[in-house]
Amino acid sequence: MSPVDPPVTPPVFLPATPPTDAAALLTVRGLQKSFGTTRVLESIDLTVNRGTVLALIGPSGSGKTTILRCLNGLDLADGGTIDVADYPTVSFDAVPGKKQLTTLRDRSAMVFQHYNLFPHKTVLENVIEGPVIVQKRNRAEVTAEALALLDRVGLTEKKDSYPFELSGGQQQRVGIVRALALRPQLLLFDEPTSALDPELVGDVLRLIKELATEGWTMVIVTHELEFAREVATEIAFVDGGLIVEHGAPKEVLRNPREDRTRQFLHRLLFPF
Amino acid sequence: MNESSSELFFSSIGPLVQGAITGTIPLALASFAIGLVLALALALMRLSRRRWISSIARVYISIVRGTPLLVQLYVIFYGLPSLGIVLDYWPSAIIAFSINVGGYAAEVIRAAILSVPKGQWEAAYMVGMSRSRTLSRIILPQAARVSVPPLSNTFISLVKDTSLASLVLVTELFREAEQIAAFSQEFMLIYLEAALVYWVICLVLSTGQGFLEKRLDRYVAR
Repeated sequence: MSPVDPPVTPPVFLPATPPTDAAALLTVRGLQKSFGTTRVLESIDLTVNRGTVLALIGPSGSGKTTILRCLNGLDLADGGTIDVADYPTVSFDAVPGKKQLTTLRDRSAMVFQHYNLFPHKTVLENVIEGPVIVQKRNRAEVTAEALALLDRVGLTEKKDSYPFELSGGQQQRVGIVRALALRPQLLLFDEPTSALDPELVGDVLRLIKELATEGWTMVIVTHELEFAREVATEIAFVDGGLIVEHGAPKEVLRNPREDRTRQFLHRLLFPF
Repeated sequence: MNESSSELFFSSIGPLVQGAITGTIPLALASFAIGLVLALALALMRLSRRRWISSIARVYISIVRGTPLLVQLYVIFYGLPSLGIVLDYWPSAIIAFSINVGGYAAEVIRAAILSVPKGQWEAAYMVGMSRSRTLSRIILPQAARVSVPPLSNTFISLVKDTSLASLVLVTELFREAEQIAAFSQEFMLIYLEAALVYWVICLVLSTGQGFLEKRLDRYVAR
């Protein structure tokens, strides 16, 4: 192994406690992505400091979800670089190797729009799958941690249920717990409430808000402007594969500098 | 049915059932087990991004599905000896049926793997799994449930197809029936009786399929 290889065992944190450090946790430079001949990401530059809650907003097809998926290596960018935490820079100017994708996934965990829980595993098994099977951590220890996390989101009595027995809101809370159990430094949320019935949205948003106040570093793709205003410490408006505007929620939402941002917000506020 | 033919009917049940137990059923089970392993390998090859690997599987499946089972059986039993490869009845029958089942079941398994939602792959990758671990721990258990009904079909067909093994001298249900029929000249009675035994075996298998489906139900993404 060369000296720049990531450590085999992940460092130990207290259960579900966000790591604290002032430095930039995530740095993205010139990220590009095309699907066939369609250019989805023109060139994305983004810095996310530790403790930042960044909301990515923008029209559908703007590339915001693609940014998130590139951060977790689910989509492979065609160019640019990503730096996560103390890991070596992942460059997409050549096709990245498996090890580099592992780098991205080791430090970030994602919550999906459609939860994507494993249907053949119980709630508890869903949560401990990654830590036990991939990270090779002690099963008893991971289970205790998972139960504490489930307790925290009010799903202790559902630990032996299968995903299909849960409501959408419960499934999404399990999805969040599954992400937390991986002990990531960066949490990625892909429209976490878009698939939920309106009356179930509140529980999930409340949980994300709690995580935000605890100091987790998060990137959230969302359509919930009200939520973004309340929870995010920064908002980036994405359009046409570019970050058009990036700043404090008040500035971006109330006094957008760019025309495109203004038009987008206007359409959202006055849809009829 | 007169008295002698009802006597023949009852006295033939023993040999026919014995033929099923010592011939048809072990032949079908062994061929299905080997065929499934082959099918899984072929299905994964078909899904490979490397073109030459998927091409090999594609050609294999095309040949197996495009030629009659009886011809495959004859090639292995009567054809191979001319190349100096002489196999016993049983091994040649098992090889032929396994190769055949492998080709058909490969497509079933491939379709079942493809039926698992893409989000399952992504969630597995997200928690850090490799492709092979994702397959074995996340995708295949879900694909298994989807493939139970079509694979049960394949197995039931196989049980009936093993009657062809009588033509390469394997002593199984149908060969017993042929011998009894030839000896007694009661063709209608004996062949209907053989059909009845096949039918009962397949009824049992269908029931088993129902149980298996119920048991694996929780494996389905909804």
